[in-house]
Amino acid sequence: MEALRVLIVDDEHEWVSALTERLGLRGFAARGVTDGEAALARLRADPFDVALVDVKMPGLGGLDLVQAIKAEWPELPVILLTGHSSARDAERGLAMGAWDCLLKPVQIDDLVRVLRAAARGEVTP
Amino acid sequence: MAGDAPKPPAADEDPVELISRSRYRRMLLRVVLSVSAVALLPLLTMSAIAYYQYQAAFRAELTRPMVRFAEAGKQSLESFLSERLAALALVLRETRIDELRDPARLDSLLVGMKQTFGGIVDLGLIDEQGVQVAYAGPYALTGRSYAGQPWFQEALARGSCVSDVFLGYRNLPHIVVAVHQELPAGPSVVLRATIDTDVFHWLVRDRGTRRPGQESVCLRCHSLAVPPFSDAFIINDDGVLQTPSRLYGDVLTRARLPALPLSTGTELVETTDADGSPVVAAWARIARSPFTLVLLSPLEPLHAGWRSLGRELVLFPSISAILILAIIIGGGIYVVRQAREEDRKRAALYHKMEYTNKLAAIGRLGAGVAHEINNPLAIITQKAGLLRDLLTISAELPSRERMVDLIDSVLKSAERCGGITHRLLGFAKHMDVQREAIDLDLLLREVLGFLEKEAAYRSIRIDFAHGHEPPPILSDRGQLQQVFLNIINNAFAAVEDGGRIEIDINQTGSNEVAVSIADNGIGIPEPQLEQIFDPFFTTKKGAGTGLGLSITWGIVQKLGGQIGVRSRVGEGTCFTVTLPIDGESGQER
Repeated sequence: MEALRVLIVDDEHEWVSALTERLGLRGFAARGVTDGEAALARLRADPFDVALVDVKMPGLGGLDLVQAIKAEWPELPVILLTGHSSARDAERGLAMGAWDCLLKPVQIDDLVRVLRAAARGEVTP
Repeated sequence: MAGDAPKPPAADEDPVELISRSRYRRMLLRVVLSVSAVALLPLLTMSAIAYYQYQAAFRAELTRPMVRFAEAGKQSLESFLSERLAALALVLRETRIDELRDPARLDSLLVGMKQTFGGIVDLGLIDEQGVQVAYAGPYALTGRSYAGQPWFQEALARGSCVSDVFLGYRNLPHIVVAVHQELPAGPSVVLRATIDTDVFHWLVRDRGTRRPGQESVCLRCHSLAVPPFSDAFIINDDGVLQTPSRLYGDVLTRARLPALPLSTGTELVETTDADGSPVVAAWARIARSPFTLVLLSPLEPLHAGWRSLGRELVLFPSISAILILAIIIGGGIYVVRQAREEDRKRAALYHKMEYTNKLAAIGRLGAGVAHEINNPLAIITQKAGLLRDLLTISAELPSRERMVDLIDSVLKSAERCGGITHRLLGFAKHMDVQREAIDLDLLLREVLGFLEKEAAYRSIRIDFAHGHEPPPILSDRGQLQQVFLNIINNAFAAVEDGGRIEIDINQTGSNEVAVSIADNGIGIPEPQLEQIFDPFFTTKKGAGTGLGLSITWGIVQKLGGQIGVRSRVGEGTCFTVTLPIDGESGQER
């Protein structure tokens, strides 16, 4: 089975690198970037099966990024990650077309399950 | 502890207690005094002025006729006496002495004088030695000597005289008027006339009526009658009655009279008579005579009349004042009670606002801190997770199991930190309340479901009861679950193994349901009761964040409800959450 291609977008480099490696260990082809612009550039360069986007980022924020991704790649499922337990951000993100919204810190097994479900194109949980 | 009536939290009662009762008593006093001063002072002043003016008018009503009477009486008596003295002087001047010595001539003169002036009883001519040389009248007094009479001496000395009332040779009270004339060619003579004291009496007492026995003669008189209740009489300079008095004795007796100051005019004075009764006296000295006309009136009738009027004058304003005062006091109590209620509400609101602001400030700070910690915490979790992943796949590493345990421990602690930051973030967040119809009974059973295992393990008995079927309420399910989970968790922490928790749902008002959760645990000491809703206050040393009840309080407020607590150390604690049935009551934040 071909590895799922996951793009991780978060301004915390350390977090991105650790998560990229952990997902790699679990059979994902994970790539990490630390800002929205880089994420768009990466998406234009390579195809991805799913994007994992942090809500709060400097420059192009997570919600704006969701909007941009959905405009260019409407089929790409985007999973939002938020440090705030803010229902409003989650609601807005979902309204923009995000596939799901997860609360940080997220358990790796939960994340893996959600990524697989999103990549399979399941209906929003 | 179980069964205690629900009580609002101490935090809501404090400000009310802080408002001192004495402040409102002073307020009531100030209101009553100031309004009374404005309302009653004019009334009482007007009443007092009216009272004294009426009193003065009433007194004047009595005394004015007395003064008028005394003045008129003085004029009458003075003209009466001076007319007769003038008549005698005229006779002496116009008639030769030898003619006067003629009894027939003297008789005709007497008749003429009686007809002209009236009040004259007889006429007598007295020589220088005091011997009456001629006499016309009803008595046989010719040849009598008057040398020793004071009036005779006075007539010689002053030219004329009006005598006191005396008995004389006829042994009847009478007055003598006498005129002395020096004759150019011989010794001097005195012509005297006797005045009937009845006339005198009539002048004093019965003026205005026809004099008895004197049908044809009209004495010059005034029609003033003696004022009612009064006594009018004449006294001489020695205080001997010259006319009979109704109250103070008969003629020629010494009247038991109050001392009257000497004066030439008409005087009025309030004094007491010899018996000590209050009287008002008007008197006038009769010129060229030893007489003083006295009018005495007892004050008792005046007082009696005044008392009756005065009572009405006092009664009316008094009743009005009492009514006004009652209205003022009643109104004052109402106003002050309203003010107190308003103050109480305001104080409670301020207290709540202060508390909410405090919570918000702490919440903002906590959220800031939590957010900053959250990212490094996520990195720690991911790095430790990665480390664990790597360890798991590298089978040949020595002490691998031990390292995995250590990493698990790090992950567990990081997870616990994450829990704290989540709670802090939750504390500050302003989530919209999602209202739906909630069956409280079902919701509480769901919450208890989370704790079933622990209850069984610790043998904690949970009694869940409700009187009637509680109505469904409109509220936020998730937040209500958190509220009851927090409180029941606290109850679990408070009771010993084998303890008891009682949960009761009751409809306490038309739009109010109260859920009480009582335990028989260790209880909360009184001083701590006021702090338990404060953020970061905890009794579970090292085990609690001190945010649970604070968050609970915030949620209940947000849902329009109230939370109260009562506790006794060693007996237990009872939390009561009151919630609006329609989800609309209370102040939402």
